[in-house]
Amino acid sequence: MAPRGMAGQDSVSAPALSTRGLDKSFGSLVVASGIEFALPQGARYALVGPNGAGKTTLINLMTGMLRPDAGRIFLGEQEITSLRPEERVKRGLVRTFQINTLFPHLSALEAVTLAVCERRGHGGAWWKGLPAYREAVDEAYGILFSLMLGDYCYRLTRELAYGQQRLLEIALALATKPTVLLLDEPAAGVPNEESAELFDAISGLAQHISVLFIEHDMDIVFRFASRIIVMVGGSVLVEGTPSEIAADPRVREVYLGKKHHG
Amino acid sequence: MTVLAPASAEPHRYLQAQIRWHGLEIAFWIAALLPFLLFKTYLVLASQIAITALFALSLDLILGYAGIVSLGHAAFFGLGSYTAGLLAKLGWGEPLTGLVIAAAVAGLVGYAASLVIARFRHLALIMITLGMGLLLHEAANSASWLTGGADGLQGVRMWPLLGYFRFDLYGVTAYTYSLIVLFLVFLASRRLIHSPFGLSLRGIRENPVRMPAIGAPSSAHIRKIYTISAAVAGTAGALLAQTTQTVSLEVLSFQRSADVLVMLILGGAGRLYGGILGAIIYLVARDQLSGFNPQYWYFWIGIMLIAVVMFLPNGVLGGLAWLRAAWRGKTA
Ligand SMILES: Nc1ncnc2c1ncn2[C@@H]1O[C@H](COP(=O)(O)OP(=O)(O)O)[C@@H](O)[C@H]1O
Ligand SMILES: [Mg+2]
Repeated sequence: MAPRGMAGQDSVSAPALSTRGLDKSFGSLVVASGIEFALPQGARYALVGPNGAGKTTLINLMTGMLRPDAGRIFLGEQEITSLRPEERVKRGLVRTFQINTLFPHLSALEAVTLAVCERRGHGGAWWKGLPAYREAVDEAYGILFSLMLGDYCYRLTRELAYGQQRLLEIALALATKPTVLLLDEPAAGVPNEESAELFDAISGLAQHISVLFIEHDMDIVFRFASRIIVMVGGSVLVEGTPSEIAADPRVREVYLGKKHHG
Repeated sequence: MTVLAPASAEPHRYLQAQIRWHGLEIAFWIAALLPFLLFKTYLVLASQIAITALFALSLDLILGYAGIVSLGHAAFFGLGSYTAGLLAKLGWGEPLTGLVIAAAVAGLVGYAASLVIARFRHLALIMITLGMGLLLHEAANSASWLTGGADGLQGVRMWPLLGYFRFDLYGVTAYTYSLIVLFLVFLASRRLIHSPFGLSLRGIRENPVRMPAIGAPSSAHIRKIYTISAAVAGTAGALLAQTTQTVSLEVLSFQRSADVLVMLILGGAGRLYGGILGAIIYLVARDQLSGFNPQYWYFWIGIMLIAVVMFLPNGVLGGLAWLRAAWRGKTA
Protein backbone atom coordinates (compact mmCIF):
# COMPACT_ATOMS: atom_id res chain seq x y z
CA MET A 1 0.00 0.00 0.00
CA ALA A 2 1.21 3.49 -0.81
CA PRO A 3 2.12 5.78 2.08
CA ARG A 4 -0.80 7.99 3.07
CA GLY A 5 0.85 11.24 2.13
CA MET A 6 1.19 10.19 -1.50
CA ALA A 7 -2.35 8.93 -1.85
CA GLY A 8 -3.49 12.22 -3.32
CA GLN A 9 -1.13 11.95 -6.26
CA ASP A 10 -1.07 8.22 -6.75
CA SER A 11 -4.78 7.55 -6.58
CA VAL A 12 -5.61 9.83 -9.49
CA SER A 13 -5.59 6.72 -11.63
CA ALA A 14 -6.88 4.33 -8.94
CA PRO A 15 -10.65 4.00 -8.98
CA ALA A 16 -12.52 5.36 -5.97
CA LEU A 17 -14.22 2.00 -5.49
CA SER A 18 -13.56 -1.33 -7.17
CA THR A 19 -14.22 -5.03 -6.81
CA ARG A 20 -12.45 -8.15 -8.02
CA GLY A 21 -14.26 -11.40 -8.72
CA LEU A 22 -17.15 -10.78 -6.34
CA ASP A 23 -19.41 -13.84 -5.89
CA LYS A 24 -22.56 -14.29 -3.84
CA SER A 25 -25.39 -16.80 -3.85
CA PHE A 26 -28.47 -17.29 -1.70
CA GLY A 27 -28.75 -21.06 -1.66
CA SER A 28 -28.92 -22.03 -5.32
CA LEU A 29 -29.75 -18.51 -6.48
CA VAL A 30 -26.64 -16.81 -7.83
CA VAL A 31 -27.00 -13.05 -7.24
CA ALA A 32 -23.43 -11.98 -7.99
CA SER A 33 -20.93 -13.85 -10.07
CA GLY A 34 -17.45 -12.61 -10.85
CA ILE A 35 -18.33 -8.94 -10.55
CA GLU A 36 -15.44 -6.74 -11.73
CA PHE A 37 -16.46 -3.21 -10.98
CA ALA A 38 -14.62 0.10 -10.98
CA LEU A 39 -15.95 3.53 -10.14
CA PRO A 40 -13.44 6.29 -11.04
CA GLN A 41 -12.89 9.35 -8.85
CA GLY A 42 -15.62 11.92 -9.26
CA ALA A 43 -17.66 9.67 -11.56
CA ARG A 44 -21.42 9.78 -12.08
CA TYR A 45 -22.26 6.19 -12.98
CA ALA A 46 -25.63 4.51 -13.31
CA LEU A 47 -26.29 0.86 -12.50
CA VAL A 48 -29.29 -0.50 -14.34
CA GLY A 49 -30.89 -3.88 -14.92
CA PRO A 50 -34.21 -5.64 -14.52
CA ASN A 51 -35.70 -6.29 -11.09
CA GLY A 52 -33.88 -9.06 -9.29
CA ALA A 53 -30.71 -8.56 -11.34
CA GLY A 54 -28.69 -8.18 -8.13
CA LYS A 55 -28.15 -4.42 -8.08
CA THR A 56 -29.13 -3.90 -4.43
CA THR A 57 -27.18 -7.02 -3.53
CA LEU A 58 -24.06 -5.52 -5.13
CA ILE A 59 -24.45 -2.41 -2.97
CA ASN A 60 -24.99 -4.61 0.08
CA LEU A 61 -21.80 -6.49 -0.72
CA MET A 62 -19.70 -3.39 -1.31
CA THR A 63 -20.92 -1.64 1.85
CA GLY A 64 -20.45 -4.74 4.00
CA MET A 65 -24.10 -5.40 4.78
CA LEU A 66 -23.64 -8.78 3.11
CA ARG A 67 -20.50 -10.92 3.09
CA PRO A 68 -19.34 -12.08 -0.35
CA ASP A 69 -18.69 -15.79 -0.89
CA ALA A 70 -15.56 -14.84 -2.79
CA GLY A 71 -13.82 -11.74 -4.13
CA ARG A 72 -12.26 -8.54 -2.87
CA ILE A 73 -13.40 -4.95 -2.47
CA PHE A 74 -11.17 -1.87 -2.59
CA LEU A 75 -11.82 1.70 -1.55
CA GLY A 76 -9.14 3.63 -3.41
CA GLU A 77 -6.10 1.41 -2.96
CA GLN A 78 -7.16 0.10 0.39
CA GLU A 79 -8.77 -3.33 0.69
CA ILE A 80 -11.98 -3.16 2.75
CA THR A 81 -13.36 -6.66 2.17
CA SER A 82 -13.33 -7.60 5.84
CA LEU A 83 -14.27 -4.26 7.39
CA ARG A 84 -17.58 -3.80 9.21
CA PRO A 85 -20.19 -1.54 7.55
CA GLU A 86 -19.63 1.35 9.98
CA GLU A 87 -15.86 1.16 9.42
CA ARG A 88 -16.41 1.49 5.67
CA VAL A 89 -18.64 4.52 6.30
CA LYS A 90 -15.87 6.07 8.38
CA ARG A 91 -13.57 5.66 5.38
CA GLY A 92 -16.04 7.42 3.10
CA LEU A 93 -18.06 4.62 1.50
CA VAL A 94 -21.72 5.45 2.09
CA ARG A 95 -25.04 4.25 0.71
CA THR A 96 -28.73 5.09 0.72
CA PHE A 97 -31.60 2.63 0.65
CA GLN A 98 -34.16 1.71 -1.97
CA ILE A 99 -36.84 1.46 0.71
CA ASN A 100 -36.77 4.35 3.20
CA THR A 101 -34.56 3.30 6.08
CA LEU A 102 -34.97 6.27 8.38
CA PHE A 103 -35.63 7.11 12.02
CA PRO A 104 -39.42 7.55 12.12
CA HIS A 105 -39.68 9.27 15.51
CA LEU A 106 -36.66 11.55 15.18
CA SER A 107 -37.14 14.93 13.58
CA ALA A 108 -35.19 15.42 10.36
CA LEU A 109 -32.85 17.79 12.19
CA GLU A 110 -32.22 15.28 14.95
CA ALA A 111 -31.57 12.49 12.47
CA VAL A 112 -29.00 14.45 10.48
CA THR A 113 -27.45 15.86 13.67
CA LEU A 114 -27.09 12.28 14.86
CA ALA A 115 -25.14 11.36 11.73
CA VAL A 116 -22.99 14.49 11.94
CA CYS A 117 -22.22 13.91 15.64
CA GLU A 118 -21.22 10.31 14.95
CA ARG A 119 -18.88 11.43 12.19
CA ARG A 120 -17.32 14.11 14.39
CA GLY A 121 -16.74 11.54 17.11
CA HIS A 122 -19.33 12.88 19.59
CA GLY A 123 -21.50 9.75 19.38
CA GLY A 124 -20.49 8.55 22.81
CA ALA A 125 -20.45 11.94 24.55
CA TRP A 126 -23.17 11.92 27.17
CA TRP A 127 -22.59 14.80 29.52
CA LYS A 128 -23.41 17.89 27.46
CA GLY A 129 -26.72 18.52 25.72
CA LEU A 130 -27.00 18.71 21.95
CA PRO A 131 -27.18 22.53 21.92
CA ALA A 132 -23.58 22.55 23.16
CA TYR A 133 -22.52 21.06 19.83
CA ARG A 134 -23.28 24.18 17.83
CA GLU A 135 -21.09 23.40 14.85
CA ALA A 136 -22.57 19.94 14.40
CA VAL A 137 -26.08 21.38 14.54
CA ASP A 138 -25.19 24.14 12.06
CA GLU A 139 -23.70 21.58 9.72
CA ALA A 140 -26.78 19.35 9.95
CA TYR A 141 -29.05 22.28 9.24
CA GLY A 142 -26.86 23.33 6.31
CA ILE A 143 -27.20 19.88 4.72
CA LEU A 144 -30.96 19.89 5.18
CA PHE A 145 -31.18 23.41 3.81
CA SER A 146 -29.19 22.49 0.71
CA LEU A 147 -31.66 19.68 0.04
CA MET A 148 -34.66 21.99 0.42
CA LEU A 149 -35.57 20.52 3.80
CA GLY A 150 -34.64 23.58 5.85
CA ASP A 151 -38.23 24.54 6.59
CA TYR A 152 -39.34 21.00 7.35
CA CYS A 153 -36.50 19.80 9.52
CA TYR A 154 -38.39 20.16 12.81
CA ARG A 155 -41.01 17.64 11.76
CA LEU A 156 -40.80 14.01 12.76
CA THR A 157 -39.45 11.92 9.93
CA ARG A 158 -42.64 9.88 9.74
CA GLU A 159 -44.64 13.05 9.21
CA LEU A 160 -42.61 14.20 6.20
CA ALA A 161 -44.00 13.78 2.69
CA TYR A 162 -42.65 10.74 0.89
CA GLY A 163 -40.50 12.79 -1.48
CA GLN A 164 -39.00 14.65 1.47
CA GLN A 165 -38.18 11.35 3.11
CA ARG A 166 -36.28 10.36 -0.04
CA LEU A 167 -34.29 13.59 0.29
CA LEU A 168 -33.64 12.85 3.94
CA GLU A 169 -32.17 9.49 2.88
CA ILE A 170 -29.59 11.48 0.92
CA ALA A 171 -29.13 14.06 3.69
CA LEU A 172 -28.21 11.29 6.13
CA ALA A 173 -25.64 9.95 3.70
CA LEU A 174 -24.14 13.41 3.10
CA ALA A 175 -23.82 13.98 6.83
CA THR A 176 -21.15 11.28 6.90
CA LYS A 177 -19.04 13.25 4.34
CA PRO A 178 -18.81 10.44 1.79
CA THR A 179 -16.13 10.18 -0.86
CA VAL A 180 -18.09 7.42 -2.59
CA LEU A 181 -21.88 7.55 -2.55
CA LEU A 182 -24.02 4.59 -3.63
CA LEU A 183 -27.64 5.60 -4.21
CA ASP A 184 -30.09 2.71 -4.40
CA GLU A 185 -33.01 3.98 -6.50
CA PRO A 186 -33.05 7.41 -4.84
CA ALA A 187 -36.22 8.33 -6.73
CA ALA A 188 -38.05 5.06 -6.07
CA GLY A 189 -41.75 5.83 -5.65
CA VAL A 190 -41.34 9.53 -6.41
CA PRO A 191 -43.54 10.96 -9.21
CA ASN A 192 -41.70 11.62 -12.49
CA GLU A 193 -41.74 15.43 -12.24
CA GLU A 194 -40.19 15.31 -8.78
CA SER A 195 -37.58 12.70 -9.59
CA ALA A 196 -35.84 15.05 -12.06
CA GLU A 197 -35.67 17.62 -9.25
CA LEU A 198 -34.20 15.02 -6.97
CA PHE A 199 -31.54 14.15 -9.54
CA ASP A 200 -30.78 17.83 -10.00
CA ALA A 201 -29.92 17.86 -6.30
CA ILE A 202 -27.76 14.77 -6.78
CA SER A 203 -25.91 16.17 -9.78
CA GLY A 204 -25.26 19.31 -7.74
CA LEU A 205 -23.21 17.31 -5.24
CA ALA A 206 -19.57 18.27 -4.84
CA GLN A 207 -17.48 17.02 -7.74
CA HIS A 208 -15.03 15.07 -5.57
CA ILE A 209 -17.80 12.72 -4.46
CA SER A 210 -17.92 9.67 -6.71
CA VAL A 211 -21.52 8.63 -7.28
CA LEU A 212 -23.10 5.38 -8.40
CA PHE A 213 -26.88 5.40 -8.66
CA ILE A 214 -29.43 2.75 -9.47
CA GLU A 215 -32.36 4.05 -11.49
CA HIS A 216 -35.02 2.53 -13.72
CA ASP A 217 -36.08 5.60 -15.69
CA MET A 218 -33.77 5.52 -18.73
CA ASP A 219 -34.43 9.17 -19.57
CA ILE A 220 -32.99 10.12 -16.22
CA VAL A 221 -30.13 7.66 -16.56
CA PHE A 222 -29.13 9.06 -19.95
CA ARG A 223 -29.35 12.58 -18.62
CA PHE A 224 -27.37 12.23 -15.41
CA ALA A 225 -24.92 9.36 -15.92
CA SER A 226 -21.58 9.65 -17.67
CA ARG A 227 -21.37 5.86 -17.93
CA ILE A 228 -23.88 3.05 -17.48
CA ILE A 229 -23.38 -0.47 -16.14
CA VAL A 230 -26.01 -3.02 -17.10
CA MET A 231 -26.50 -6.00 -14.79
CA VAL A 232 -28.50 -9.11 -15.56
CA GLY A 233 -28.83 -12.23 -13.45
CA GLY A 234 -25.99 -11.37 -11.10
CA SER A 235 -23.42 -10.48 -13.77
CA VAL A 236 -22.37 -7.35 -15.56
CA LEU A 237 -23.74 -7.64 -19.10
CA VAL A 238 -22.12 -4.54 -20.54
CA GLU A 239 -20.69 -1.20 -19.51
CA GLY A 240 -20.44 1.92 -21.65
CA THR A 241 -21.36 5.52 -22.34
CA PRO A 242 -25.06 6.36 -22.66
CA SER A 243 -24.85 6.35 -26.46
CA GLU A 244 -23.05 2.98 -26.51
CA ILE A 245 -25.64 1.49 -24.18
CA ALA A 246 -28.53 2.95 -26.14
CA ALA A 247 -27.16 1.34 -29.30
CA ASP A 248 -26.36 -2.05 -27.76
CA PRO A 249 -28.72 -4.74 -29.07
CA ARG A 250 -28.26 -7.02 -26.02
CA VAL A 251 -29.35 -4.23 -23.72
CA ARG A 252 -32.42 -3.55 -25.84
CA GLU A 253 -33.29 -7.19 -25.64
CA VAL A 254 -32.89 -7.88 -21.89
CA TYR A 255 -33.59 -4.54 -20.37
CA LEU A 256 -35.23 -1.91 -22.52
CA GLY A 257 -37.49 -4.54 -24.04
CA LYS A 258 -38.63 -5.70 -20.63
CA LYS A 259 -39.42 -2.23 -19.41
CA HIS A 260 -42.79 -2.28 -21.11
CA HIS A 261 -43.79 -5.56 -19.51
CA GLY A 262 -42.92 -4.63 -15.90
CA MET B 1 -22.12 21.96 -0.17
CA THR B 2 -23.07 23.99 -3.17
CA VAL B 3 -25.82 25.91 -1.38
CA LEU B 4 -24.71 27.61 1.79
CA ALA B 5 -27.29 27.76 4.51
CA PRO B 6 -27.95 31.17 6.01
CA ALA B 7 -26.86 31.29 9.63
CA SER B 8 -30.01 30.41 11.50
CA ALA B 9 -30.76 30.48 15.20
CA GLU B 10 -33.89 28.41 14.72
CA PRO B 11 -32.30 24.94 14.93
CA HIS B 12 -30.58 25.91 18.16
CA ARG B 13 -33.76 27.30 19.63
CA TYR B 14 -35.59 24.11 18.71
CA LEU B 15 -33.00 21.89 20.42
CA GLN B 16 -32.72 24.19 23.40
CA ALA B 17 -36.49 24.00 23.90
CA GLN B 18 -36.28 20.23 24.15
CA ILE B 19 -33.94 20.23 27.11
CA ARG B 20 -35.49 23.13 29.01
CA TRP B 21 -37.01 22.29 32.39
CA HIS B 22 -40.77 22.22 32.21
CA GLY B 23 -42.88 23.76 35.00
CA LEU B 24 -44.60 20.42 35.54
CA GLU B 25 -41.24 18.77 36.16
CA ILE B 26 -40.39 21.22 38.92
CA ALA B 27 -43.86 20.78 40.37
CA PHE B 28 -43.38 17.02 40.31
CA TRP B 29 -40.16 17.09 42.31
CA ILE B 30 -41.63 19.50 44.82
CA ALA B 31 -44.62 17.18 45.17
CA ALA B 32 -42.20 14.36 45.92
CA LEU B 33 -41.55 16.14 49.23
CA LEU B 34 -45.23 16.06 50.23
CA PRO B 35 -45.10 12.67 51.99
CA PHE B 36 -42.89 14.29 54.67
CA LEU B 37 -45.74 16.65 55.51
CA LEU B 38 -48.98 14.98 54.51
CA PHE B 39 -48.47 11.22 54.51
CA LYS B 40 -46.05 10.63 57.35
CA THR B 41 -47.40 7.13 57.93
CA TYR B 42 -46.65 6.27 54.32
CA LEU B 43 -42.95 7.13 54.28
CA VAL B 44 -41.95 3.48 54.14
CA LEU B 45 -44.17 3.02 51.08
CA ALA B 46 -42.83 6.26 49.61
CA SER B 47 -39.31 4.96 49.98
CA GLN B 48 -40.26 1.69 48.25
CA ILE B 49 -41.76 3.74 45.44
CA ALA B 50 -38.64 5.88 45.03
CA ILE B 51 -36.48 2.74 44.90
CA THR B 52 -38.77 1.03 42.40
CA ALA B 53 -38.90 4.22 40.34
CA LEU B 54 -35.11 4.19 40.19
CA PHE B 55 -35.23 0.58 39.04
CA ALA B 56 -37.81 1.47 36.37
CA LEU B 57 -35.64 4.39 35.28
CA SER B 58 -32.75 1.98 34.75
CA LEU B 59 -34.94 -0.16 32.50
CA ASP B 60 -36.16 2.92 30.65
CA LEU B 61 -32.58 3.77 29.70
CA ILE B 62 -32.19 0.53 27.75
CA LEU B 63 -35.76 -0.28 26.74
CA GLY B 64 -37.31 3.14 26.34
CA TYR B 65 -34.33 4.83 24.73
CA ALA B 66 -32.27 2.15 23.00
CA GLY B 67 -35.12 -0.31 22.38
CA ILE B 68 -33.36 -3.19 24.13
CA VAL B 69 -35.88 -5.48 25.78
CA SER B 70 -35.11 -7.21 29.05
CA LEU B 71 -37.15 -9.74 30.96
CA GLY B 72 -34.41 -10.30 33.48
CA HIS B 73 -33.48 -6.88 34.76
CA ALA B 74 -33.97 -8.01 38.36
CA ALA B 75 -30.63 -9.76 37.97
CA PHE B 76 -28.84 -6.43 38.37
CA PHE B 77 -31.22 -5.17 41.03
CA GLY B 78 -30.61 -8.35 43.00
CA LEU B 79 -26.85 -8.17 42.52
CA GLY B 80 -26.89 -4.69 44.00
CA SER B 81 -29.06 -5.85 46.89
CA TYR B 82 -26.88 -8.79 47.78
CA THR B 83 -23.66 -6.83 47.40
CA ALA B 84 -24.86 -4.07 49.73
CA GLY B 85 -26.45 -6.57 52.13
CA LEU B 86 -23.39 -8.80 52.30
CA LEU B 87 -21.05 -5.86 52.79
CA ALA B 88 -23.09 -4.75 55.79
CA LYS B 89 -23.39 -8.26 57.13
CA LEU B 90 -19.64 -8.76 56.90
CA GLY B 91 -19.08 -5.61 58.93
CA TRP B 92 -19.01 -2.70 56.50
CA GLY B 93 -22.34 -0.99 57.13
CA GLU B 94 -21.47 2.43 55.73
CA PRO B 95 -24.35 3.16 53.32
CA LEU B 96 -22.76 5.47 50.71
CA THR B 97 -19.66 3.41 49.98
CA GLY B 98 -21.87 0.32 50.05
CA LEU B 99 -24.09 1.92 47.44
CA VAL B 100 -21.15 2.77 45.19
CA ILE B 101 -19.63 -0.70 45.49
CA ALA B 102 -22.99 -2.34 44.76
CA ALA B 103 -23.43 -0.15 41.68
CA ALA B 104 -19.92 -1.06 40.51
CA VAL B 105 -20.52 -4.80 40.93
CA ALA B 106 -23.84 -4.65 39.07
CA GLY B 107 -22.28 -2.47 36.38
CA LEU B 108 -19.38 -4.88 35.92
CA VAL B 109 -21.68 -7.87 35.52
CA GLY B 110 -23.86 -5.70 33.26
CA TYR B 111 -20.86 -5.01 31.07
CA ALA B 112 -20.06 -8.72 30.81
CA ALA B 113 -23.70 -9.44 29.92
CA SER B 114 -23.69 -6.63 27.36
CA LEU B 115 -21.04 -8.43 25.34
CA VAL B 116 -23.74 -11.01 24.59
CA ILE B 117 -26.75 -8.68 24.66
CA ALA B 118 -25.35 -6.32 22.00
CA ARG B 119 -25.44 -9.11 19.40
CA PHE B 120 -29.15 -9.89 19.65
CA ARG B 121 -32.54 -8.30 19.32
CA HIS B 122 -36.23 -9.00 19.78
CA LEU B 123 -37.26 -12.52 20.72
CA ALA B 124 -33.72 -13.77 21.16
CA LEU B 125 -33.06 -10.94 23.58
CA ILE B 126 -36.17 -11.75 25.62
CA MET B 127 -35.04 -15.35 25.92
CA ILE B 128 -31.45 -14.48 26.81
CA THR B 129 -32.35 -11.93 29.47
CA LEU B 130 -35.01 -14.24 30.88
CA GLY B 131 -32.42 -17.01 31.02
CA MET B 132 -29.83 -14.82 32.73
CA GLY B 133 -32.39 -13.74 35.32
CA LEU B 134 -33.50 -17.29 36.12
CA LEU B 135 -29.89 -18.44 36.24
CA LEU B 136 -28.89 -15.87 38.83
CA HIS B 137 -32.02 -16.48 40.91
CA GLU B 138 -31.28 -20.20 41.00
CA ALA B 139 -27.61 -19.60 41.78
CA ALA B 140 -28.53 -17.37 44.73
CA ASN B 141 -31.01 -19.99 45.87
CA SER B 142 -28.41 -22.78 45.93
CA ALA B 143 -25.63 -20.69 47.42
CA SER B 144 -27.52 -20.43 50.69
CA TRP B 145 -24.25 -20.35 52.69
CA LEU B 146 -23.72 -16.92 51.14
CA THR B 147 -27.19 -15.56 50.49
CA GLY B 148 -29.23 -17.29 53.16
CA GLY B 149 -31.17 -18.97 50.34
CA ALA B 150 -34.95 -18.91 50.66
CA ASP B 151 -34.73 -17.55 54.22
CA GLY B 152 -33.07 -14.40 52.99
CA LEU B 153 -29.98 -12.61 54.19
CA GLN B 154 -30.18 -12.01 57.92
CA GLY B 155 -28.10 -9.77 60.12
CA VAL B 156 -27.74 -6.79 57.82
CA ARG B 157 -26.81 -3.89 60.10
CA MET B 158 -26.52 -0.47 58.55
CA TRP B 159 -24.53 2.35 60.10
CA PRO B 160 -26.23 5.73 60.28
CA LEU B 161 -26.27 7.69 57.04
CA LEU B 162 -23.34 10.16 57.00
CA GLY B 163 -22.59 8.84 60.46
CA TYR B 164 -25.58 10.73 61.84
CA PHE B 165 -29.01 9.76 60.42
CA ARG B 166 -30.22 6.40 61.71
CA PHE B 167 -32.51 4.26 59.57
CA ASP B 168 -35.67 4.70 61.64
CA LEU B 169 -38.82 2.58 61.68
CA TYR B 170 -40.93 5.35 60.16
CA GLY B 171 -38.83 5.57 57.03
CA VAL B 172 -37.82 9.22 57.37
CA THR B 173 -34.16 8.52 56.64
CA ALA B 174 -35.08 5.78 54.15
CA TYR B 175 -37.26 8.07 52.07
CA THR B 176 -34.90 11.03 52.26
CA TYR B 177 -31.98 8.83 51.20
CA SER B 178 -33.87 7.07 48.40
CA LEU B 179 -35.38 10.27 47.07
CA ILE B 180 -32.03 12.05 46.93
CA VAL B 181 -30.37 9.16 45.14
CA LEU B 182 -33.31 8.92 42.73
CA PHE B 183 -33.13 12.63 42.03
CA LEU B 184 -29.38 12.63 41.42
CA VAL B 185 -29.53 9.64 39.09
CA PHE B 186 -32.50 11.22 37.36
CA LEU B 187 -30.51 14.42 36.77
CA ALA B 188 -27.66 12.44 35.25
CA SER B 189 -30.05 10.42 33.09
CA ARG B 190 -31.73 13.59 31.94
CA ARG B 191 -28.40 14.94 30.77
CA LEU B 192 -27.57 11.67 29.12
CA ILE B 193 -30.72 11.39 27.04
CA HIS B 194 -30.36 14.94 25.72
CA SER B 195 -26.73 14.43 24.74
CA PRO B 196 -25.36 13.17 21.41
CA PHE B 197 -25.06 9.74 23.05
CA GLY B 198 -28.74 9.86 23.98
CA LEU B 199 -29.59 10.78 20.40
CA SER B 200 -27.56 7.81 19.17
CA LEU B 201 -29.49 5.52 21.52
CA ARG B 202 -32.76 6.76 20.08
CA GLY B 203 -31.30 6.10 16.65
CA ILE B 204 -30.66 2.48 17.64
CA ARG B 205 -34.22 2.19 18.90
CA GLU B 206 -35.69 3.77 15.77
CA ASN B 207 -33.65 1.92 13.18
CA PRO B 208 -30.80 -0.44 14.04
CA VAL B 209 -30.21 -1.14 10.32
CA ARG B 210 -29.53 2.48 9.47
CA MET B 211 -27.07 3.07 12.30
CA PRO B 212 -24.07 1.27 10.75
CA ALA B 213 -24.93 2.94 7.42
CA ILE B 214 -24.28 6.34 9.01
CA GLY B 215 -21.08 5.09 10.58
CA ALA B 216 -22.41 4.63 14.11
CA PRO B 217 -20.92 1.88 16.29
CA SER B 218 -24.23 0.55 17.66
CA SER B 219 -22.70 -2.33 19.59
CA ALA B 220 -20.35 -0.06 21.52
CA HIS B 221 -23.27 2.25 22.36
CA ILE B 222 -25.37 -0.68 23.53
CA ARG B 223 -22.58 -2.02 25.74
CA LYS B 224 -22.17 1.41 27.31
CA ILE B 225 -25.84 2.04 28.09
CA TYR B 226 -26.34 -1.52 29.28
CA THR B 227 -23.49 -1.13 31.75
CA ILE B 228 -24.92 2.17 32.97
CA SER B 229 -28.40 0.71 33.25
CA ALA B 230 -27.15 -2.30 35.21
CA ALA B 231 -25.27 -0.01 37.61
CA VAL B 232 -28.42 2.07 38.18
CA ALA B 233 -30.49 -1.09 38.74
CA GLY B 234 -27.82 -2.24 41.20
CA THR B 235 -28.03 1.10 42.99
CA ALA B 236 -31.79 0.64 43.37
CA GLY B 237 -31.28 -2.87 44.71
CA ALA B 238 -28.67 -1.65 47.17
CA LEU B 239 -31.04 1.06 48.41
CA LEU B 240 -33.68 -1.58 49.13
CA ALA B 241 -31.24 -3.76 51.04
CA GLN B 242 -29.91 -0.84 53.05
CA THR B 243 -33.26 0.77 53.89
CA THR B 244 -34.99 -2.51 54.81
CA GLN B 245 -31.83 -4.08 56.31
CA THR B 246 -32.65 -7.42 54.82
CA VAL B 247 -32.34 -9.13 51.43
CA SER B 248 -34.75 -11.81 50.28
CA LEU B 249 -34.47 -14.00 47.19
CA GLU B 250 -37.37 -12.01 45.76
CA VAL B 251 -34.94 -9.26 44.65
CA LEU B 252 -33.78 -11.63 41.90
CA SER B 253 -37.18 -13.05 41.02
CA PHE B 254 -38.80 -13.15 37.61
CA GLN B 255 -41.76 -11.42 39.23
CA ARG B 256 -39.66 -8.36 39.92
CA SER B 257 -38.37 -8.27 36.34
CA ALA B 258 -41.93 -8.56 35.03
CA ASP B 259 -43.34 -5.98 37.46
CA VAL B 260 -40.81 -3.33 36.50
CA LEU B 261 -41.54 -3.91 32.83
CA VAL B 262 -45.26 -3.52 33.53
CA MET B 263 -44.66 -0.27 35.42
CA LEU B 264 -42.57 1.18 32.63
CA ILE B 265 -45.10 0.33 29.94
CA LEU B 266 -47.89 1.59 32.16
CA GLY B 267 -46.21 4.94 32.75
CA GLY B 268 -44.76 5.32 29.26
CA ALA B 269 -41.40 4.01 28.05
CA GLY B 270 -38.85 6.42 26.59
CA ARG B 271 -40.14 9.38 28.54
CA LEU B 272 -37.87 9.45 31.59
CA TYR B 273 -40.83 10.16 33.92
CA GLY B 274 -42.70 7.13 32.58
CA GLY B 275 -41.02 4.63 34.87
CA ILE B 276 -41.35 6.93 37.87
CA LEU B 277 -45.05 7.54 37.23
CA GLY B 278 -45.59 3.83 36.53
CA ALA B 279 -43.96 2.91 39.84
CA ILE B 280 -46.16 5.37 41.71
CA ILE B 281 -49.39 4.17 40.08
CA TYR B 282 -48.50 0.51 40.43
CA LEU B 283 -47.36 0.55 44.04
CA VAL B 284 -50.03 2.93 45.30
CA ALA B 285 -52.72 0.91 43.51
CA ARG B 286 -51.33 -2.32 44.96
CA ASP B 287 -51.25 -0.80 48.42
CA GLN B 288 -54.86 0.37 48.14
CA LEU B 289 -56.39 -2.54 46.22
CA SER B 290 -54.70 -5.37 48.07
CA GLY B 291 -55.89 -3.77 51.28
CA PHE B 292 -59.41 -5.02 50.77
CA ASN B 293 -58.90 -7.71 48.19
CA PRO B 294 -55.39 -9.15 48.28
CA GLN B 295 -56.04 -12.20 46.13
CA TYR B 296 -57.41 -10.13 43.29
CA TRP B 297 -54.42 -7.82 42.93
CA TYR B 298 -53.16 -9.37 39.71
CA PHE B 299 -56.66 -9.40 38.32
CA TRP B 300 -56.69 -5.60 38.47
CA ILE B 301 -53.15 -5.39 37.18
CA GLY B 302 -54.19 -7.53 34.24
CA ILE B 303 -57.11 -5.26 33.43
CA MET B 304 -54.96 -2.16 33.83
CA LEU B 305 -52.30 -3.54 31.49
CA ILE B 306 -54.74 -4.53 28.77
CA ALA B 307 -56.49 -1.17 29.01
CA VAL B 308 -53.22 0.76 28.79
CA VAL B 309 -51.87 -1.19 25.85
CA MET B 310 -55.20 -0.91 24.01
CA PHE B 311 -56.05 2.71 24.72
CA LEU B 312 -52.76 4.33 25.69
CA PRO B 313 -50.08 2.60 23.61
CA ASN B 314 -47.52 5.13 24.86
CA GLY B 315 -48.48 4.72 28.49
CA VAL B 316 -50.14 7.17 30.82
CA LEU B 317 -47.55 9.86 30.04
CA GLY B 318 -48.02 9.34 26.31
CA GLY B 319 -51.76 9.78 26.80
CA LEU B 320 -51.23 12.98 28.79
CA ALA B 321 -48.87 14.37 26.16
CA TRP B 322 -51.47 13.59 23.52
CA LEU B 323 -54.21 15.34 25.50
CA ARG B 324 -52.00 18.38 25.93
CA ALA B 325 -51.20 18.54 22.23
CA ALA B 326 -54.90 18.18 21.40
CA TRP B 327 -55.75 20.96 23.85
CA ARG B 328 -53.10 23.24 22.37
CA GLY B 329 -54.38 22.52 18.87
CA LYS B 330 -57.88 23.50 19.92
CA THR B 331 -56.91 26.73 21.65
CA ALA B 332 -54.41 27.79 18.99
N1 LIG C 1 -31.36 -11.82 1.85
C1 LIG C 1 -31.77 -12.49 0.74
N2 LIG C 1 -32.02 -13.82 0.82
C2 LIG C 1 -32.42 -14.51 -0.27
N3 LIG C 1 -32.59 -13.96 -1.48
C3 LIG C 1 -32.34 -12.65 -1.63
C4 LIG C 1 -31.92 -11.84 -0.52
N4 LIG C 1 -31.75 -10.57 -0.94
C5 LIG C 1 -32.06 -10.58 -2.27
N5 LIG C 1 -32.41 -11.82 -2.67
C6 LIG C 1 -32.74 -12.22 -4.04
O1 LIG C 1 -31.63 -11.90 -4.84
C7 LIG C 1 -32.04 -11.44 -6.11
C8 LIG C 1 -31.43 -10.09 -6.38
O2 LIG C 1 -32.04 -9.14 -5.53
P1 LIG C 1 -31.67 -7.59 -5.55
O3 LIG C 1 -30.21 -7.45 -5.43
O4 LIG C 1 -32.49 -6.93 -4.53
O5 LIG C 1 -32.15 -7.17 -7.01
P2 LIG C 1 -32.30 -5.73 -7.65
O6 LIG C 1 -31.90 -4.71 -6.65
O7 LIG C 1 -31.44 -5.75 -8.85
O8 LIG C 1 -33.74 -5.60 -8.02
C9 LIG C 1 -33.56 -11.40 -6.09
O9 LIG C 1 -34.03 -12.58 -6.74
C10 LIG C 1 -33.89 -11.43 -4.62
O10 LIG C 1 -35.12 -12.07 -4.41
MG1 LIG D 1 -33.01 -3.23 -5.66
